Amino acid sequence: MTKHTDTIPETRRRMLGAGSLTISMVGAICFCIILFWVVIALVGPWLAPYPIGKIVSMDVFTSPSRDYLLGTDYLGRDMLSRIILGARYTVGVSIAAAFIACTIGVALGMISAVLGGWFDTIVSRGIDALIAIPHLMFGLVIIAAIGSSLPVLVGTLAFLYFPGSFRIARALAVNINELDFVQVAKARGEGFFYTVREEILPNMIGPVLADFGLRFVFIVLLLSGLSFLGLGVQPPNADWGALVRENVSGLAYGAPAVIMPSLAIASLTISVNLAIDNLPRRLRDRLP
Amino acid sequence: MTELVEVKNLRVIARSDSGRETPIVHDIRFTVPRGKVVALIGESGSGKTTIALSLMGYARSGCRITSGSVRIGEREILSLSEAEKAKIRGRNVSYIAQSAAAAFNPARTIMSQVVESAMIHKLMPKAEAEAKAVELFRALALPDPEGVGSRYPHQVSGGQLQRLAAAMALISEPELVIFDEPTTALDVTTQIEVLRSFKSVIRERNTTGVYVSHDLAVVAQIADHIIVLRNGSIQESAPTEQILANAHSPYTRSLLAAANPAVHAQAAPPAEKAEDVPLLEVEGLVAGYGKPGPDGLPNVTVLNDVGLSLQPGTNLGVIGESGCGKSTLARVIAGLLPAAGGRVKFRGETLAGSVADRSKDQLRNIQIVFQMADTALNPTRSVAQILGRPLTFYHDVKGAERTRRVRQLLDLVHLPANMAERLPGELSGGQKQRVNLARALAAEPALILCDEVTSALDTVVAAAILDLLAELRRELKLSYLFISHDLSTVRAICDDVMVLYAGRKVEAGSGASMRAAPLHPYSDLLVSSIPELRTGWLDGLDKKAAEADGGIAAVLARADRCPFVSRCPVRKPGVCDVLEPPVRHLSKGSDILCHLEERELLALGVGA
Ligand SMILES: Nc1ncnc2c1ncn2[C@@H]1O[C@H](COP(=O)(O)OP(=O)(O)OP(=O)(O)O)[C@@H](O)[C@H]1O
Ligand code: SF4
Ligand SMILES: [Mg+2]
Repeated sequence: MTKHTDTIPETRRRMLGAGSLTISMVGAICFCIILFWVVIALVGPWLAPYPIGKIVSMDVFTSPSRDYLLGTDYLGRDMLSRIILGARYTVGVSIAAAFIACTIGVALGMISAVLGGWFDTIVSRGIDALIAIPHLMFGLVIIAAIGSSLPVLVGTLAFLYFPGSFRIARALAVNINELDFVQVAKARGEGFFYTVREEILPNMIGPVLADFGLRFVFIVLLLSGLSFLGLGVQPPNADWGALVRENVSGLAYGAPAVIMPSLAIASLTISVNLAIDNLPRRLRDRLP
Repeated sequence: MTELVEVKNLRVIARSDSGRETPIVHDIRFTVPRGKVVALIGESGSGKTTIALSLMGYARSGCRITSGSVRIGEREILSLSEAEKAKIRGRNVSYIAQSAAAAFNPARTIMSQVVESAMIHKLMPKAEAEAKAVELFRALALPDPEGVGSRYPHQVSGGQLQRLAAAMALISEPELVIFDEPTTALDVTTQIEVLRSFKSVIRERNTTGVYVSHDLAVVAQIADHIIVLRNGSIQESAPTEQILANAHSPYTRSLLAAANPAVHAQAAPPAEKAEDVPLLEVEGLVAGYGKPGPDGLPNVTVLNDVGLSLQPGTNLGVIGESGCGKSTLARVIAGLLPAAGGRVKFRGETLAGSVADRSKDQLRNIQIVFQMADTALNPTRSVAQILGRPLTFYHDVKGAERTRRVRQLLDLVHLPANMAERLPGELSGGQKQRVNLARALAAEPALILCDEVTSALDTVVAAAILDLLAELRRELKLSYLFISHDLSTVRAICDDVMVLYAGRKVEAGSGASMRAAPLHPYSDLLVSSIPELRTGWLDGLDKKAAEADGGIAAVLARADRCPFVSRCPVRKPGVCDVLEPPVRHLSKGSDILCHLEERELLALGVGA
């Protein structure tokens, strides 16, 4: 038995083993920023120095001062408090909506891919039709009809974004389903759910996470759009997008009231995407 | 100066993700004399391609040439700027890759791509380049040399595309041509045609070449000098004859030994008092892909009227070229693809067409092992999980007992117990294939369907897997349905052999009968296509096989003619192309599907 001939050379093995679970520097920083915002969203009400709608100063668009660390907005409200309390909406609503959208999309996508046949045809056609609807318009119609509340917002946003998730997940799962290890599982007699859960899902987790990041960013932007039109988060509450829009006239003075919420959005969305790009290799490099 | 290429002290290192640097080739020195072909040979990972690429001053991403010198003609390649290197590539040095399909743009005609490098380097006017291309097509024995240029890449076969890639490389009359495993992806029958045409072009034009391959038998036909590589350094370097006749390094000798797999079939235990119920029986199988039409046949019929019978404890080899339906047969037997007609019986019981309708015990008894070890193992699960699942699924084994059984299985396939925690990505090709086998063994099956289990492996590793299969069979009283496109592997391990062509069974008989004349004309083509480990084998082949052109890779079986008629060197016009051939029993013991009678075949020397 020539056993030595099919072992990996020692050097190559070390290369493979090393570093496969280490997180890169960038990934770590981004992860901290996300965590920071999540914490802010959770404990915001106890942190904010002033109530959200209270007009605290006669001066509008002021620069940072000892009393108002991030200045005041166009009505003279404290920006720091508004950003802290806005995190609830931006982080909370968007993550919840993106999570629901991806979960439904991925589950349905995998089921469609593996079952195939008429189920796949019907679901795929239906979702093609949904994708054709313009997002903002559809959102307007639903929220205008039902009235705006947090569950309605989350539900609408999730509904608008799950078809994209479905498409990506189905395309991935169709490819993985053809791979030999899935065929082996089927030949062994494994049931449908085992195959989907153990053989297919873990192999598409990388691209699914990347898709989650993108979808999250879109949802943040759409939520801002809705708020701007008065259908999103209702005043005096505001998500970050709404803060940017309501203070946009302060841009000419370089007021922190418009710059700070923009930075908050940028820091969160960029971090989410970079964090996903920098996931440990073992997760990211999975098929296909 | 007689040496065109001189490589000295070449060292290339790779950088891993974590920044660690490891040399992948080191201390490489060799020369290539003008007009000669030097072969680089070794198993995968030995650094063959790395060296070949550095002849063009190129290192793959993540790799770097750190020291050494590569001189081609008067130029020192490694000290050239990128722009100068680009000028040389395609003009002074050209490269023929393993997959010609990747070298062609599917959206443009072949001719425009073949003359492209001559155009880019402004070597000659377009008309002249095209005339030259046609000349090359003719020299490369391509059918219809005038017309083939106006086709698109998907309109020619894989073997033809590989020759067209050679034309592309040769059009600029480079000083040096690098062949990187140009025939590895091809069938034996196609490989021969490609080799033959390469060889004649090389000889005609006095080309200087570097030929990279893992197959000694192929290299022996084409190279003047062989360099044997292992783990990035040179093991042995000598003229071809000397390597074949009188190799010094033990590693070269093990390569030579692996090229001729030992015959294991004889070592089979005597068939246990002839049970009359065959283990597996297939009758009149019809199968294919796509929706069934009004006649009940699938859209594309791949298998047509295939039958076989496998006695307990024996092995059946199924051979045929790519696309003939071998894997489809395995999929039907495993229940992954319901048949459109015919029956599959296991121990006398008719099996349901699909997995869902078979009993757990039936499923357990037939296990399938796939060709590509890379895709056959779930990359996200550890070896222990992969092997443990069938144990739990079929035998309800859990916990510590399961761990113990996994270790036992690893031991059975000669893998160390510490492999259990690895992911498939951390295993070599041969190790993956062992895990793949172990997973099938975990079910304790009676029959294993081995679909090209050694085809993707290097010769040495493949030989080790064949040894393992033979050993397991002895110890566990297994039967294999062994699928391969390589007759020598099948002969090494199987008692009976079945030859498929375009979904039809053209010959079936004992392994020994495959060595006796006469053979079915297609079996004859297969047998004579296996490269032999001696120089001059290719030149010695008579020209009758040369006529047979692999142009039509998947000829669909039609009821009104012999499936092989378009390639058959001994066809009878007016008979073979209008009538379906009958099954004939030959006195040597095998059945063939042919119009010619035994004495006619003998008189024509088919298989002699
Ligand atoms: N899912 C599919 N749908 C349609 N046609 C298919 C499908 N799978 C295979 N085929 C076709 O069926 C024919 C036989 O394929 P099969 O995989 O059985 O060949 P094979 O003999 O195993 O070839 P190889 O040696 O390349 O593995 C080929 O022409 C192939 O293109
Ligand atoms: S039937 Fe005719 S064409 Fe077919 S293999 Fe026999 S001789 Fe050749
Ligand atoms: Mg196959």
